[in-house]
Amino acid sequence: MIDRDEVLHVARLARLALSEEEIEPMARELSAVLDHVARIGELELDHVAPTSHVIGDEMPTHPALRPDEPRPCLPRELALAQAPAVSDDGFLVPSPQA
Amino acid sequence: MSAADVLELSAAQAADAIAAGSLAADELFDAYRSRAAADRAAGEDGLNCFTWVAAETPVAERLDGAPAPLGGVPLAVKDLFCTEGVPSQSASRILEGYEPPYTASVVRRLQDAGASLLAKTNQDEFAMGSSNENSAFGVVRNPWDRERVPGGSSGGSAAAVAAGLAPWALGTDTGGSIRQPAALCGIVGMKPTYGSVSRYGMIAFASSLDQAGPLTRDVRDAALLLSHMVGHDPCDATSLSFPHAIELPSAERLDGVRLGVPEELTGEGIEAGVLDAFRAALAQAEQLGAQISEVRLAHAPHALSAYYVIAPAEASSNLARFDGVRYGLRADDADDLLDMYTRTRHDGFGAEVKRRIMLGTYALSSGYYDAYYGRAQRVRTKIAEDFRSAFEHVDLIVTPTSPTVAFKLGEKTADPLAMYLNDFCTVPMSLAGLPAISIPCGLAAGLPVGLQIAGPAFSENRVLDAAYALEQSLGFDGTAARV
Repeated sequence: MIDRDEVLHVARLARLALSEEEIEPMARELSAVLDHVARIGELELDHVAPTSHVIGDEMPTHPALRPDEPRPCLPRELALAQAPAVSDDGFLVPSPQA
Repeated sequence: MSAADVLELSAAQAADAIAAGSLAADELFDAYRSRAAADRAAGEDGLNCFTWVAAETPVAERLDGAPAPLGGVPLAVKDLFCTEGVPSQSASRILEGYEPPYTASVVRRLQDAGASLLAKTNQDEFAMGSSNENSAFGVVRNPWDRERVPGGSSGGSAAAVAAGLAPWALGTDTGGSIRQPAALCGIVGMKPTYGSVSRYGMIAFASSLDQAGPLTRDVRDAALLLSHMVGHDPCDATSLSFPHAIELPSAERLDGVRLGVPEELTGEGIEAGVLDAFRAALAQAEQLGAQISEVRLAHAPHALSAYYVIAPAEASSNLARFDGVRYGLRADDADDLLDMYTRTRHDGFGAEVKRRIMLGTYALSSGYYDAYYGRAQRVRTKIAEDFRSAFEHVDLIVTPTSPTVAFKLGEKTADPLAMYLNDFCTVPMSLAGLPAISIPCGLAAGLPVGLQIAGPAFSENRVLDAAYALEQSLGFDGTAARV
């Protein structure tokens, strides 16, 4: 069972503000889903490798890495074009410690 | 050709008619554009299939100029594909007004083959949902019954094709998001082998599962569209070279084809009407010469649990990029940087997206990683092994696509677990990365039922051939009421 404090802890990790009325339903819904998924705890999986690329793991040619060479990237003005705030050719954000 | 006749053509037929000179590409585009624009203008009084519709028909020279395999046939594209200069918002408030500086590789490939961008389709926010009720643009309605959901997350794409508002559409499938809405809307939807279609420019949900695929009126259209989608892309490190060409299907019989029916996905939890239609389709397959046997997918009952760890975990990581810094929404008057992040994300994400971010963050948090994500990826290995063993005895595996027909709007929104159970039959194939198609196989209580056909990795041609033979023989009338 996930309690209120745990919800607030996870929300802090997720950089997500929750309003007061969101907290209790979140605790209840997360608990219900986690109770359900906990059933995978019953399986014997000690000698099973975890999947990475479900198809590529079986292919000798994967992953095919390209040479690590500098290449042109998105022009600065395009990268900044959709930003909420821009200053001196960069993304403008509030001070970390106001 | 009259506008009504034009709308009756499948996409492949329309491409042929354009190539033969009996249909002008701009006439076809305009017939669909005006219908799509009318639905967009009607908002929730319509089906609400679209988040954006082309303002004008592209000039005829550009469409007719270079003969291309897709001949200028208009294409509707799920909102989460980046399209240069065209809003691409993954149906989220947090990407309100976002117009990307580049186009997704798969959309670019289709445009190079002659497809013409008609519209962006409504979807569940960030593809999280099975009913298209989680969109910042409002719910999409099912053309078979306006009071019911179209399925999700590619609900706008499915409803648009079913209602004749687009000849065909692109969707994405993470745990069933192409196949389930295709089933609920009575059309064809296919998820290809994981890695076969580039994910570059798809706004990511769960990267180890997401795949683009076609939603179409018939199997031949699905094969045609898919044949121009697959291929390695250096911009997506998980993309793979498809080992052969996707062929247009032609099989009329299923002689000697071994179909496996997994008891784990065809019993408890499946609605009676859906099971009846499924069994009738199996009987039809037998008449066409197929051999039907039972197979075991012993770990399939755990697939949903593994999926609802893996998908939210990857989503929580992927959605960390939405922080109000580089694009989209930013909360005003923040006290400091952290306050700006947390309030932007509070204001910008809908309830289901928040729930999945929280679930995923919990599952990846210190001390829980091995018990949740690590364990789920081991379950995934077992599920993939089950399929490989089954395919030593059968050529294809068949199940119902969705445990139910289209349900009522609002019926499952209060209970996330009940909603997640919609993915019961589709998630195992997603976890195993396998190609799977849904074709309409009949009606239950007047609503479409989907048949899912899945095969081994890269067996798309085998899957499409079997789907085509069954489609021809079942003779489903895939026309929902035209709105």
